[in-house]
Amino acid sequence: MKAIVPKTESVVSLLILASVGFFVLPICYFFGWLSIGDLNMIGRYMTFAILAIGLDLLWGYVGILSLCQCTFFCLGAYAMGMHLAHHGGPEGIIDANGWKIPACLFVVYPLEVGESSSDALVPVFWKPFWNLPLTILLGLAIPACVSFVLGYFVFRSRVRGVYFAILSQAIAVAGWLVFCRNDVKLCGTNGLTRFDVIAPAASLTTLHPEDAKDQWIESHGADMSKDLNGDGQLDQLDYSMADVGFSLSEPSVQLFLYFLTLSCLFGSFFLCKRIVNSRLGRVLIAIRDDETTLHFFGYKPYVYKIFAFCVAAALAGLAGMLFIPQMKIVTPSNMEAVRSVLVVVWVAVGGRGTLRGAILGALTVNLLYNYLTSEHDYGFFSWSPDYWQIFLGIAFVVVVLYLPDGLIGLVDKLRSKLSLLMVRGEPEKK
Amino acid sequence: MISSTDSTGGQKASEDTPRWALSDYEDFLPSEVQESIWADQFLLFVEKLSVSFDGFKAVDIPCFGIKHGELRVIIGPNGAGKTTFCDLVSGKTRPSTGQVHYDGQNITQRDESDIALMGIGRKFQTPTVFDSLTTYENLLLALPGNQSWRKNLFSKETEEEKAEIERVLQKVHLWEHRDLTAKSLSHGKRQWLAISALLISKPKLLLVDEPAAGLTDLETEQTADLLLELGKDHTLVVIEHDMDFVRRLGQKVTVLNEGKVLAEGSLEEMERNEEVMEAYLGR
Repeated sequence: MKAIVPKTESVVSLLILASVGFFVLPICYFFGWLSIGDLNMIGRYMTFAILAIGLDLLWGYVGILSLCQCTFFCLGAYAMGMHLAHHGGPEGIIDANGWKIPACLFVVYPLEVGESSSDALVPVFWKPFWNLPLTILLGLAIPACVSFVLGYFVFRSRVRGVYFAILSQAIAVAGWLVFCRNDVKLCGTNGLTRFDVIAPAASLTTLHPEDAKDQWIESHGADMSKDLNGDGQLDQLDYSMADVGFSLSEPSVQLFLYFLTLSCLFGSFFLCKRIVNSRLGRVLIAIRDDETTLHFFGYKPYVYKIFAFCVAAALAGLAGMLFIPQMKIVTPSNMEAVRSVLVVVWVAVGGRGTLRGAILGALTVNLLYNYLTSEHDYGFFSWSPDYWQIFLGIAFVVVVLYLPDGLIGLVDKLRSKLSLLMVRGEPEKK
Repeated sequence: MISSTDSTGGQKASEDTPRWALSDYEDFLPSEVQESIWADQFLLFVEKLSVSFDGFKAVDIPCFGIKHGELRVIIGPNGAGKTTFCDLVSGKTRPSTGQVHYDGQNITQRDESDIALMGIGRKFQTPTVFDSLTTYENLLLALPGNQSWRKNLFSKETEEEKAEIERVLQKVHLWEHRDLTAKSLSHGKRQWLAISALLISKPKLLLVDEPAAGLTDLETEQTADLLLELGKDHTLVVIEHDMDFVRRLGQKVTVLNEGKVLAEGSLEEMERNEEVMEAYLGR
């Protein structure tokens, strides 16, 4: 019995996904059948699909059930969030060091007793996120580094299986608690918001807002007509009103972000496919099958586990970075423990260990979520949003009991039955 | 009560004249002589090796060695510590006391992957193959020199390695099953796959734990022949229950009982040895 899915099938399903994503949906948008809001929503769900691909690499291939993927997602999201907050909204003041305090931080700034709002300073760790390329780098590197440190200690001491799952869940809770605190200066439970523009010119070339302002004055001239807020001097606040970059509420920008996310989704898929099909992928599967034996082949499984963990975390960071400009807010609720469990549900529903399944699962569950959490009146029966949790629970049980290979398994089964019927049909015709 | 009699018995035995004295490496302790001297003679040497699990001494061997190029069979009743001995040598279990020397080096504290890279191959009691991988891929992972992750990510198998895999698979009649997942192979074929994975990794010392368990008579014969052939250019330690199989191998036998070396010699000698018979049949 060959348990391997023929290559053509995975190509077909990818082609379907690509043509729907790149052509059908945009065409629907241009003809007005879909609003830009719908497209934006699908774009967000595709970032979840990237997150799910990472988990599938980890859980489906290496057998590591990580329940803290949303923590990594939020590390990426907060990185991009800080960047967008730097360049968003004219509110706020310029602090003693010459940095404009982002609007969302300014309103909830944890001042000590006796300090006035003019004593607020932009925290040091916010500063690298002024620059967009640096932000993108950090958005990938921070989750990867955190997962590396975590993986090094955990996998080296051979914590595995359910113990790792519990540990990772605890990490997710710990991360959530940290980000909820207002005095870590990440805006507490309010989260980062007030995002206006993406990629203004200064964010690409400068590392410091003063430099950005100087650049702007140099190119626009130092005449006082540029004093937009009328305070009698040319400062960063004027600049931040003038350098608008690309507005995040612009449909064309949202459409661009949609295509960017879709491309990143395919990029992540092919990256993981490449890993899985390499010899390293065989080692990963061997770890899932029998980690103990692999030691006696001379392998150090923890190295491979750290590698997979880092790749999954970096993908989660990428997903988070793409999610934020489309969601325009990030709060600690995005990294609640239950969110990470949901990622597991997406992968399980879609089909473990197939990568395609993770995409299918994440999109299906989230689109269903979107549909079933609004009210519907079917005449004889009216659907209440409250039923969603029940539906999700039943769906998960059904998948575990009847569809161990998930939706992708169901699709493959139907396909092979269909092709069997066709093969049987042929001799009868003759 | 049982444990107390056991422990006093153990003490008495250690005060008695040591039983390992009957082997040909008596008074030959590496800590007392130059390591190079014993390394010339022995590929593997253990010294004062013991391990206890919750107070139960599973293995307690004062001194035991395997010479270069030797094929040694270890027999013994259930719970004699045969598999635990293999675990100690291959690094799966850390000994409570004592040392394991291999190829002139002290490997007692090394971890199992390092020991494997040094050339100690291990086949477990149950055939340990990677179920979701194909027969071919199982051997691909076992190839020597490819254990680092970077090599695995970027390089593919060379033509020579492909040919090597084909040669080994042809030898054990698994070539026609190369694209089947290991899950779908029969028990005997899985045993052979586990052995051939061991072969292809080109170890200096092979620890083979119950190769004939669960095999048909024909497969048992073939396995014995395969091991004898291997014995020509490898050092082997074979653990076995099946006496016919041991007889077929016709090599020097060590009997373990209650974690101790009881006797050594040919199988015929062992069958005449009353102590050995007693240990096997119970008193």
